[in-house]
Amino acid sequence: MIKCIDITKIYNTGGSEVPVLKNVNFEINKGEFVAIVGPSGSGKSTLMHILGALDRPTSGKYFLDNKDVSSLTDEELAQIRSQKIGFVFQSFNLLPRSSVLRNVSLPFIYDKKVSRNERQAKAEKALLAVGLEKDRWQHLSNQLSGGQMQRVAIARALVNDPDIILADEPTGNLDSKTGEIVLETFRKINQEKGHTIILITHDKRVASFARRTIEIKDGLIVADFKN
Amino acid sequence: MQAPDLFEETFFSLSANKSRSILTILGIVIGIASVITMISVGQGAAQDITGRIESLGTNLLVISPGSGQQAGTIVRGGAGSAETLKISDAEAIRASVPEAELVAPVVNSRKQVIAKGQNTNTSIYGIETNYFTIKAIVVENGSAFTDRQNTSRAKVAVLGPTANTDLFGEGFNSVGQKIKINNQEFTVIGITQAKGGTGFGNADDLIYIPLNTALQYISGSDSLSSINVQVSEAELMTVAQAEIQDLLLQRHRINDPANADFSIVSQADLLSSLSSVSDTLTMLLGAIGGISLIVGGIGIMNMMLTTVTERTREIGLRKSLGATKNDISWQFLAESVALTFIGGIIGIMIGYLASLAVTKFSGINTNITMSSVLIAVGVSGLIGILFGYYPARRAAKMDPIEALRYQ
Ligand SMILES: Nc1ncnc2c1ncn2[C@@H]1O[C@H](COP(=O)(O)OP(=O)(O)O)[C@@H](O)[C@H]1O
Ligand SMILES: [Mg+2]
Repeated sequence: MIKCIDITKIYNTGGSEVPVLKNVNFEINKGEFVAIVGPSGSGKSTLMHILGALDRPTSGKYFLDNKDVSSLTDEELAQIRSQKIGFVFQSFNLLPRSSVLRNVSLPFIYDKKVSRNERQAKAEKALLAVGLEKDRWQHLSNQLSGGQMQRVAIARALVNDPDIILADEPTGNLDSKTGEIVLETFRKINQEKGHTIILITHDKRVASFARRTIEIKDGLIVADFKN
Repeated sequence: MQAPDLFEETFFSLSANKSRSILTILGIVIGIASVITMISVGQGAAQDITGRIESLGTNLLVISPGSGQQAGTIVRGGAGSAETLKISDAEAIRASVPEAELVAPVVNSRKQVIAKGQNTNTSIYGIETNYFTIKAIVVENGSAFTDRQNTSRAKVAVLGPTANTDLFGEGFNSVGQKIKINNQEFTVIGITQAKGGTGFGNADDLIYIPLNTALQYISGSDSLSSINVQVSEAELMTVAQAEIQDLLLQRHRINDPANADFSIVSQADLLSSLSSVSDTLTMLLGAIGGISLIVGGIGIMNMMLTTVTERTREIGLRKSLGATKNDISWQFLAESVALTFIGGIIGIMIGYLASLAVTKFSGINTNITMSSVLIAVGVSGLIGILFGYYPARRAAKMDPIEALRYQ
């Protein structure tokens, strides 16, 4: 489903060219649970932005469902993000002063395919899938604990059935115990619903929750193995 | 993004920051309210002027001596010092212009008037009795003079209420009293009903005497100050004006109308020139209100720029969820338009109350027209778009990755 061919990303900072990704090649199939692991500054987030259609590679090709994403317009990229990608961020990025349900329903605004009366049911289904207790659904997002917030963020990523869920350091702001709950949530979603999950982390222990690990260092893939 | 979603998002964003939204709306409220109030004062003045001109008489043509009087300059008033208009001209109009229903020659001048040692300077109007009809002047105490008194050059006077007060004191019934005009003794035979108004068109501070009496004892010539002609029907005004023009040119032996030694002004001319003055006044007042509206608009822009910066991460998030540039742009534009729209509605209501208060406490006539309300609504919406556009574009152009990383 995902096919990266010679992906290169070069940043131009103050006249000097900084290569961040250097001829990266890999494939990820539908339903996989993959961790991309590597030290800080190795280019993981840069890669995730390209995989998530937020950014384009400097050179190389990125095929998503056999479609070349690297050459699409901004509007077409937005369309892909809306329908095929769900993001989970390290810092949750929930709307403060808004209820859990409203946060989870936010992606529908940009997805014409879901009618207004389907939304509530889909949001509730997503919240059930991440295991957030029902009595929290009307709470404001800033009244939740970190682990709860991240599960709301996962529900939001999940809510309009994207092909791929991209999570960038989703446990980075959590202690190890709540982190494990969040990781278990990913595992459960992958097993039960068959979403492709790409987990980005600098932590090898976190990566071990996935079924496959791609190791990246200085913008190069140095290892690719099944756990 | 669908309209109901846009509406909900706008509502959520604005209510998330209530006090800031309210303060911003207040700026627009003040702007719109002052535009509405100011324009209502201007429109009220226009209404006043129109009403007063109409009260001068209907279907009226005024012929004045002297040349070169254009419609635009009549406001200056006091024209007619030239002695080119004669009593025979009035008689000629009477004889050969069938549309002229009533022809009222007038000679007027300011004179010192004395009564019982009291002294005042006022206008003396030498008129025929039909002048009372044309100007709808009602004699309240006593009676008006008769045609016979005019023919016999009787020394009788009808006082305007202000002249009566100046000479005899408030409310004094001076009928039967003697007054001295130009050292000639006159008997007061009537007092007219107050017409109200100050300055322009005041029909209260004057004294009417028979025309022939005035020509003989006051002016000592056969020159007129003006001839008022009441035309039988409004549609005949232009015809009558043209006929009188031709007649007088012929009588005065003038070939080129540009050299005419008289001028004819119709009520319509007077109205149009005065309403152009009051239009300018309205525009000026509206512009003063408009300044506070612009200040309110800058308030909107300021708030929107702050909001966009504060919500950088939210913008990044929305883009990651699939929002396009247009989606983001619309969202912020909708917020600023909503602020100005709400401000506009409240501003109209407050402006309405304020103009009522102006009328109540200062006595100035105000008039809120539908067009000024529509303009206010339009302008406030426009200000929302104008001052919201730049912040909205700024939000839309943000790079999603940078925005998500923003601290
Ligand atoms: N917009 C940018 N401009 C210049 N350099 C950047 C930019 N974004 C990231 N980088 C650089 O690219 C490298 C990889 O960054 P990143 O992908 O965020 O690494 P990771 O997520 O693995 O920690 C870093 O050295 C970083 O400084
Ligand atoms: Mg990173």
